[in-house]
Amino acid sequence: MKNPFKLFKRKEPLTDTQLLMTITIVIFFIMYLSAVFGLGGGFLHAKQIFDMLNDNSSLIIVACGLTVVMIGGGIDISVGAVTSLVVMSCVLFLNRGGSIIGSILLALGIGLVFGIVQGFLISYLEIQPFIVTLAGLFFARGMTTILSIDPQKSQHEAFNTLRGKKIKISWLGYTAKNGNRIPAQIELGVVVAVIVVILVVILLKYFRLGRNIYAMGGNQQSALMLGINVKRTRFLSYVISGLLSGISGYVFLMHTGAGNATNAAGMEMNAIASAIIGGTLLTGGVGSAVGTFFGTMSLTTINKIVVASGLNEPYWQKITTGGMLCFFILLQSVVLGRRSGKKSSGKIKAFFRRLINSIRKKKKAST
Amino acid sequence: MENKRKKFLSGGLGQLTIPLIAIAILVIFNLIRDPGFFGIGISHNNDGNAVLSGNIITIINGASELAILAMGMTIVTAACGGQDISVGAAAAIAGSVFVKVLKSGSSISVGTVLLAFAFSCVVAMIFGAFNGSLVAIFRIQPMIATLILYTCGRSIAYWINGGATPTVDSSIIKAIGGFIPGIPVPTPVFIVLLMAILFKLLFRFTSLELFTQSVGINGAAARLNGINPTLIKLVSFIILGVCVSVSGCIGVSRLGLINHETLLLDIEMDAILAVAIGGNNLGGGKFRISGSIIGAYVIQMLTITLYAMKVPSTDVKAYKAIVIILLVVIGSPVVKARFSKLMARISENWKKATVKGAEE
Repeated sequence: MKNPFKLFKRKEPLTDTQLLMTITIVIFFIMYLSAVFGLGGGFLHAKQIFDMLNDNSSLIIVACGLTVVMIGGGIDISVGAVTSLVVMSCVLFLNRGGSIIGSILLALGIGLVFGIVQGFLISYLEIQPFIVTLAGLFFARGMTTILSIDPQKSQHEAFNTLRGKKIKISWLGYTAKNGNRIPAQIELGVVVAVIVVILVVILLKYFRLGRNIYAMGGNQQSALMLGINVKRTRFLSYVISGLLSGISGYVFLMHTGAGNATNAAGMEMNAIASAIIGGTLLTGGVGSAVGTFFGTMSLTTINKIVVASGLNEPYWQKITTGGMLCFFILLQSVVLGRRSGKKSSGKIKAFFRRLINSIRKKKKAST
Repeated sequence: MENKRKKFLSGGLGQLTIPLIAIAILVIFNLIRDPGFFGIGISHNNDGNAVLSGNIITIINGASELAILAMGMTIVTAACGGQDISVGAAAAIAGSVFVKVLKSGSSISVGTVLLAFAFSCVVAMIFGAFNGSLVAIFRIQPMIATLILYTCGRSIAYWINGGATPTVDSSIIKAIGGFIPGIPVPTPVFIVLLMAILFKLLFRFTSLELFTQSVGINGAAARLNGINPTLIKLVSFIILGVCVSVSGCIGVSRLGLINHETLLLDIEMDAILAVAIGGNNLGGGKFRISGSIIGAYVIQMLTITLYAMKVPSTDVKAYKAIVIILLVVIGSPVVKARFSKLMARISENWKKATVKGAEE
């Protein structure tokens, strides 16, 4: 008879990806629970979580695309700008009498074009990804202002009704002080975001392409020797990222309903930060979409906590975000260092010992 | 001579080929578009000094901060194989400290300016050391490590300034950011020259250049040869800190006020671009500071050319992107290899044809 506990028993130790993801998820829950017990109030309601999801659905989608690229050992900093370009062009398209399906196709098309061009330049012409996607960022931002420098509001009626559609879950709502029942609402964008996360997880875990991306990010030379078409894999990873930024642009538009030249400003850095907090390494080979999802949620939670604890001035949010990034980055470095047998603290000690020794030697030499 | 020509054709002046070609193309383009583009005139500024004016002066003057940052960025890139994206934010902090110290005294003299500069330098070096220790000791990717300061740097500057944008009104500050009375060339140009000479002396009298390159090419091998990679990486970030503080102070002196939100905004991207256009490998290793300086001037010249063509300042980015892509495509190793193969085939055919002709 088979051992029924075999499913739950692990023979091999956790991989780096699983370890970092677990750390993120645990810290997210600790953070949220401490917010619930320490600050109470809004954090007790399910609406808080739904609001966080509603505000960040496009960031989650973008961060997933970035995770795919980063696992493959690349970087894509054009995602925020592409999102902004998609928002602006879709608004203009809708306002000039375009259909909803047409606008969706337009969004996907813009994302695909950016992904294909950037992927081609990076993988087949072997240009450094940072420079190519930086040019993509410049181009998309510039095109957005060329399209329109003034904010544009969507006046397409069918789109506005679609935008207004929300999934209401009344039993998760709460009663406000004046007796009104406020239901918990989920926007359609969140559904899209969740589907994207699930699809990316499946792609990375069960498809050949996903495993190839991990192999390529882990060690490009070995991947090549295993017979993986590294160029095509890298190309496809950028195409996925471009496509997801197109989708994210449409979700952003569903959330705000207006296009603005400063839309999604700084989104690329937020997306990179979420991916890092979620346990993706920029060196490649390690990371997961679920981790990225929780990374985004952690970032949002810390901002909400800062606001809720009365530090309303805008600079506190950024400083705490920076502090949190620092904490996570150091934690990952220490954890991974400890795993590979080199203790980070030992490294620091050795460094200072060497420094002191060299100074002493110089003093001796001078005397 | 024959050898030299061959060298030039096959991608020749080493890594300086691309930036020099870019400058040449921009110059020719501008001369065709408007022959008077490079005219230099003499005008009188508000203080009544005779100063040089013209597009060339604007380009050389405007690129000063970028050129100085690009110098520091080159060393960091070479040593660590990654880039510092926090230079803009760090420059805002350095500028804030500069103004804070200036304002704390009763009057502004040369001494207080130097003292303020020293303070901002120390602060920028501390932040550089923070980034450097994350990269060197904790082995974190430079881009990720500097993302921390990038996110919160301008907020720290906001905190130093107390939320305001303090102004400094002094003839000395004006002289640093503009013109020294009696000298028709803008002062920031001299500061760039001074920094370039300092770097040259540093490389002349220390082995920093060699050590940096060897750490960038193979850190483990460098360590086995008795070089301390941790120290070299840390030093490269501290040198970048000095550059950041210098360019921050120039930026503050130019306007006479510190605005933490807009001071040297987005300059980190331009600085990295300058390093790349200069032909340096962003993955670390061999580097040439002169390439990065030329790269900085290419970027500024491109911007000024676009402004002269009446492109709105918000749209400039799109055109800049197209030019950048063209430049890097020309410079890409794959295209270069294809091109040299093509050239070889053409010359072979040419030889065959001439031999045939001679036989006939």
